[in-house]
Amino acid sequence: MPPSSVPMHLAVALDGAGWHPAAWREPDARPTALFTATYWVDLVREAERGLLDFVTIEDSLSLQSSRRDGPDERTDQVRGRLDAVLIAARVAPLTRNIGLVPTVVVTHTEPFHVSKAIATLDYASTGRAGVRVRVSARPDEAAHFGRRPPPEARGDDRPAGQQLIAALLDEAADYVEVVRRLWDSWEDDAEIRDVATGRFIDRGKLHYIDFTGRYFSVKGPSITPRPPQGQPIVSALAHGGSAYRLIARCADAGYVTPRDAADVRAIVAEIGSALDAVGRAHAHPHLFGDVAVFLDEAPAAAVGRKARMDDRVGAEYRGDAAVFAGTPSQLADLLQEWHEAGLSGFRLRPGAIPHDLAAITRGLVPELQRRGVFRRGYEAATLRGLLGLGRPASRYAPPAARKDVPA
Amino acid sequence: MSKALKQIHLAAHFPGVNNTTVWSDPQAGSHIEFSSFAQFAAIAEQAKFDFLFLAEGLRLREQGGKIYDLDVVGRPDTFTVLAALAAVTERLGLAGTINSTFNEPYEVARQFASLDHLSGGRAAWNVVTSWDAFTGENFRRGGFLPEDQRYARAEQFLAAAWELFDSWGGSARHDIVADKEKGVFLATPHAGAFAHTDDQFDIAGQFNVPRSPQGRPVIFQAGDSDAGREFAARAADAIFSHHGTLDAGRDFYADVKGRLARYGRGRDELLILPAATFVLGDTDADARERAEQVRRQQVSGQTAIKFLEHVWNTDLSGYDPDGPLPETDPEPGENTIAKGRASVRMHRDPLATARQWRELAAADNLSIRDLVIKVTGRQTFIGAPATIAEAINDLVQADASDGFILVPHVTPGGLAEFAGTVVPLLQERGVFRADYEGTTLREHLGLPSRRGEGQLAGAVS
Repeated sequence: MPPSSVPMHLAVALDGAGWHPAAWREPDARPTALFTATYWVDLVREAERGLLDFVTIEDSLSLQSSRRDGPDERTDQVRGRLDAVLIAARVAPLTRNIGLVPTVVVTHTEPFHVSKAIATLDYASTGRAGVRVRVSARPDEAAHFGRRPPPEARGDDRPAGQQLIAALLDEAADYVEVVRRLWDSWEDDAEIRDVATGRFIDRGKLHYIDFTGRYFSVKGPSITPRPPQGQPIVSALAHGGSAYRLIARCADAGYVTPRDAADVRAIVAEIGSALDAVGRAHAHPHLFGDVAVFLDEAPAAAVGRKARMDDRVGAEYRGDAAVFAGTPSQLADLLQEWHEAGLSGFRLRPGAIPHDLAAITRGLVPELQRRGVFRRGYEAATLRGLLGLGRPASRYAPPAARKDVPA
Repeated sequence: MSKALKQIHLAAHFPGVNNTTVWSDPQAGSHIEFSSFAQFAAIAEQAKFDFLFLAEGLRLREQGGKIYDLDVVGRPDTFTVLAALAAVTERLGLAGTINSTFNEPYEVARQFASLDHLSGGRAAWNVVTSWDAFTGENFRRGGFLPEDQRYARAEQFLAAAWELFDSWGGSARHDIVADKEKGVFLATPHAGAFAHTDDQFDIAGQFNVPRSPQGRPVIFQAGDSDAGREFAARAADAIFSHHGTLDAGRDFYADVKGRLARYGRGRDELLILPAATFVLGDTDADARERAEQVRRQQVSGQTAIKFLEHVWNTDLSGYDPDGPLPETDPEPGENTIAKGRASVRMHRDPLATARQWRELAAADNLSIRDLVIKVTGRQTFIGAPATIAEAINDLVQADASDGFILVPHVTPGGLAEFAGTVVPLLQERGVFRADYEGTTLREHLGLPSRRGEGQLAGAVS
């Protein structure tokens, strides 16, 4: 089959020492460095060396846990993490091209704060910011804030649990709407510094967002001027129906978890229907397939390495996404197949860091370049640019002045 | 034997969104682009300053129902800028104001603990509590807080945050073992366990950021009321004060330091750092002339009218700033003309203020603009470098302060002249460091480490 004419996008999902729970015990792992800036700078620079579109940084408002309803009291796995937005900010001045997409839990935080934080990350990175939004149905996270009643224990009560998630996702869509309106609330040329009239801004170009929804209201405008990209990238991970709807309603990029190429086609179709249903058929959010990867030059080495880590945990590693163990070339085959089935690209979850991150940047990327499906140099200075997205005009700009800048 | 000279602490306040900042200056750069912050920080670090300081505002100011457009408007997010600055500095402390009304302890504590990790122990937090519903309109939680609950909120917020900071073992008990061979990452399954209940908060669980290099960020307090001073004596590491003169400074200094013993704290455990502005010149006369020019830049005719409206509490746009003061009296009642501005609340008796200002204006034949220039603060320090160095040193040695938080009036280069001329003189006198000795902000400030355990003396609980 000839190489696809559409270039493939590649991101990595950074989380602690890697996605395998025993990754921190690997010989080259740096578990004591997880809470230092140099650790994260090294990882993102490695990703940038591989010309990746962006990194995501995982986050949560509780200790990592194998349970959904609270801490698991395990002491044999990485526990504790730093705030993802601040990690991204710390890395921003030390990188040049790669997108920075921290995770934000929207259920317990303020859209006003998050909007200006991501706008500021966009300034600090000169146009490379994004955000991945997540909801939290965890009772322990609710108890850390104490502002809303902890969600009922879900147990077997599946319909109630799904209803809760649907409500949280609905709230998340409102949250993203507020964040986006705040980004637009200063028109691009609002700061005029007009010495003749003594005016620093043209206040006609600042706008109240006056958002009132079911869950909260926010007045605006933002305190931070419109960020360099206008609209930084908004993304979300989704495993099914109501989360697909969130992507359809408000995301520039969605992370999905197909098992095979047929699954890719089904998911792409389902999100397409969701886009139709919310009247955003024109939006075409990028869909990234999530895959946890264990990569070595020999297939048996990758499988063996993963098995060794599995043994240390006493269970086979299974995540919410597909797990791949093999060579970079075998992975490239799989990615190409799924890419042709309708995905824009992939968000790879390195099984163990640094090994699998380096295998992506130094093994997989050259392989994809040889196949002509991945960039050989950064072609744009902003994350929107890397994703082939133009710079939208502010929704509040008068129609005559509204100039979207195409990609 | 003469008393040993005190060491002076100096900090750099990024120019703010008020008329102290002269944006019309040809040298004025962006107050939003990161390069401005990086340049400002580089000047401060090269001069061996203790820390850089960022203020916060959570709603754009309004006057007469419209967004105020005469001053610098807009600022980036405090935490995000400080974390990015940690990448381009090595020793400079990174301090920011974070409001305790529009945030929750778990989130703020993890942001400061993260900043402290990411900066290698250089984080500082100026705890403020605002209470206006106007700002609250930007937040899902709303914002109204009765004035009498302000310090309760701040204290309980801080108590909760400390519990979170202290929830992971420090040097005395390493909660993170990370023993690859044995497969033990945590020493205890209960790392980060906390529970905090009071009037404002009811929270419990496990904090998810391990203990940071400073243990806790340096805590600043900025309030000046009796309750604010008591709060600082009990809980803060430093006070961001507004008493920059000798007499007012000494009174404040003696008062606050005198309160420390009650909480079992030494006099060096709370630093008094007033904000200060400055204008340098080749000679004192030259500096005075420049200071006058700066004042006229800071107080334009329009700015003078807007300032007068704060007191008159009504639209005065029909008045000529170069003409006489209004003959009508201020509007009585709650001030409604200006929103999002703390200074308005300082005019407790507008009628008396107006009367006093009319007398002043009449005595010296002052226009509205002249009057406003006169009654709003002139620069704290005006003079040749040697004059300013001496003034600063005298104030510190006389226990009017422990140093100053300098607020330049031009972004981002307004500190360069001070750094290049005054700092070397202070270094020659042996009252300011020639190089950093420690790596953390607590070390720069000579404050006790909060890294270990059993350091809860002075806790607010």
